[in-house]
Amino acid sequence: MAGKTLYDKLWEDHVVHHEDDGSCLIYIDRHLVHEVTSPQAFDGLRLAGRKPWNVARNLAVADHNVPTNHRDRGIADPVSRLQVETLDKNCAEFGITEFGMNDIRQGIVHVIGPEQGATLPGMTVVCGDSHTSTHGASGALAFGIGTSEVEHTLATQCLVQKKAKNLLISVDGEVGKGVTAKDIVLSIIGTIGTAGGNGFTIEFGGAAIRALSMEGRMTVCNMAIEAGARAGLVAVDDVTIDYYRNRPLSPKGDDWFMAERVWQNLHSDKDAVFDKIIHLDATKIKPQVTWGTSPELVVSVDANVPNPVDETDAVKAQSMQRALDYMGLQAGQKITDIQIDKVFIGSCTNSRIEDLRAAAVVVEGKKVAPNVKLALIVPGSGLIKQQAESEGLDKIFIDAGFEWRDAGCSMCLAMNADRLEEGERCASTSNRNFEGRQGYGGRTHLVSPAMAAAAGIAGHFVDVSHWLEK
Amino acid sequence: MRVFTDLTSIVAPLDRANVDTDAIIPKQFLKSIRRTGFGVYLFDEWRYLDQGQPDMDCTNRPINKDFVLNKPQYKNAQILLARENFGCGSSREHAPWALEDYGFRAIIAPSFADIFYNNCFKNGLLPIALDAEIVDGLFKELSDDYSLTIDLAAQTITAPSGKTIAFDVDENRKFRLLNGLDDIGLTLQHADKIHAYETERAKRAPWLFA
Repeated sequence: MAGKTLYDKLWEDHVVHHEDDGSCLIYIDRHLVHEVTSPQAFDGLRLAGRKPWNVARNLAVADHNVPTNHRDRGIADPVSRLQVETLDKNCAEFGITEFGMNDIRQGIVHVIGPEQGATLPGMTVVCGDSHTSTHGASGALAFGIGTSEVEHTLATQCLVQKKAKNLLISVDGEVGKGVTAKDIVLSIIGTIGTAGGNGFTIEFGGAAIRALSMEGRMTVCNMAIEAGARAGLVAVDDVTIDYYRNRPLSPKGDDWFMAERVWQNLHSDKDAVFDKIIHLDATKIKPQVTWGTSPELVVSVDANVPNPVDETDAVKAQSMQRALDYMGLQAGQKITDIQIDKVFIGSCTNSRIEDLRAAAVVVEGKKVAPNVKLALIVPGSGLIKQQAESEGLDKIFIDAGFEWRDAGCSMCLAMNADRLEEGERCASTSNRNFEGRQGYGGRTHLVSPAMAAAAGIAGHFVDVSHWLEK
Repeated sequence: MRVFTDLTSIVAPLDRANVDTDAIIPKQFLKSIRRTGFGVYLFDEWRYLDQGQPDMDCTNRPINKDFVLNKPQYKNAQILLARENFGCGSSREHAPWALEDYGFRAIIAPSFADIFYNNCFKNGLLPIALDAEIVDGLFKELSDDYSLTIDLAAQTITAPSGKTIAFDVDENRKFRLLNGLDDIGLTLQHADKIHAYETERAKRAPWLFA
């Protein structure tokens, strides 16, 4: 019998019941809850007179609507405020643990999960948010769900799911200087497209993935959804186990040693069979910059903006032209000639301590370019902010002209006050460059933290690997 | 949930690939704590010329006359035809809520993003994935009063010419849609199995239940 993939193992470990049509009832170990996709689910519970199945399996935090400065003044927008207050009320009513807006542990739901040890290797993790795929970096089966499934998880601690296919993306070799996890994942999306992972769970493997820290692996798995896959995975190794040692909610005492033994098996067997395998050469990956309105519209920083005329597929060529028009770019223009108005370093993709350190190295002793109106640093959690301040990173950023903010989703999707104005162009470490995503009429270029920092200093995109060599 | 059995309707062609859920319903409308009322803001940035805000009265907003849903012939369309990877991006169920609230009951495209596809079935919306060539053929055949008939039980789409196209749908999802069944109620029929699983799992992974 053929060996099992990591995904096969995680799936089989959580099957409660097999349905006749091949779908399964899957047990959910951890349900993360935030303010945007939960109010209607709690209403549903109330209407049906239901209670949470296992209240301890839930953890809630408000992140999308929270302000990133002047927290003491509360939330100015009454609609945002009502949504956050509704989460507070629902958690109090149903007995769910919530990190409040002014709790040091508050932050982006996908940052605080691993940080607290609330999401662990071997778990199934769901949240009403597509970037739940982030938690797969620890060898957990983690995926985003809609509000009906949020209600279903609350009421039953299970979900009805059909097993996806297995896709292995192996990033072989070693990346060059200045090339980060973000560049790896953007390069993957550029290669397979935003629908390339539809119907699959992606396991990321190969030497370049193994060489990443947990933070880097989270960045890669975070954007599995941008490649079309609901879940991304990285096998457990010593990096994973070291990361989870002594987290507040990690297993303690004998449980830790038992967990460690169980987690050691969370990798695909040598003879595992994947439905599809894709190899990428890490040595060929350069710092990436998206130029369009879909994450697959991405090129290396030393390239030019592509020309739709060169695209043979008519539907794709039309999408490219629309993207050029929206982005206000010309085919053939050099990426390094694109001037920016704002910088955003943050989001569940790139707001962890390692991301802030990488940006700080680039900006230390320099100043934000005069054409850059706003450069924001938004740490992923209150604890990351505290850690960065203890390392003096806040001073480096503030001295360079960056704003140093409180934790939240912020300008990744502009549900709070942080946003792009119409026509403004942003170097952003977030995950989506869709039309209007960062603000009505805003233009987003997705890049790594080091690339965003460098663009902020230069006023336009530059190849940060050249800076780091000096 | 609303029952879906069969449907005959005008088809609105949205000739774009990778239509993301941010486009279907922009983020500012996600601040609502209700489940209804999203239809007037469906495709807000494409449909109107100004910037939409939550709870805005849309009756006097300037509309984008070039956008397909603003053309009078598609006013009552309940079937949307689109290109590949429809519904990609954010998991927001507000996207199917907005489509359903607007009046759509079915979406035909070559492919759908997984989370969106799944969310549709929870809301009485039927997403139908067909080969890209067939979808392309429908785009070409389409005229102003072109209508299709969808029969979920038979899993067929019938064109005005009488030509029928078969489509796939999971048995379980089909059954729930045909009967408008509440998923939670069905799952709770397995309550004993869920309890048994928790007991057994606690032995293998006691730290999860500490």
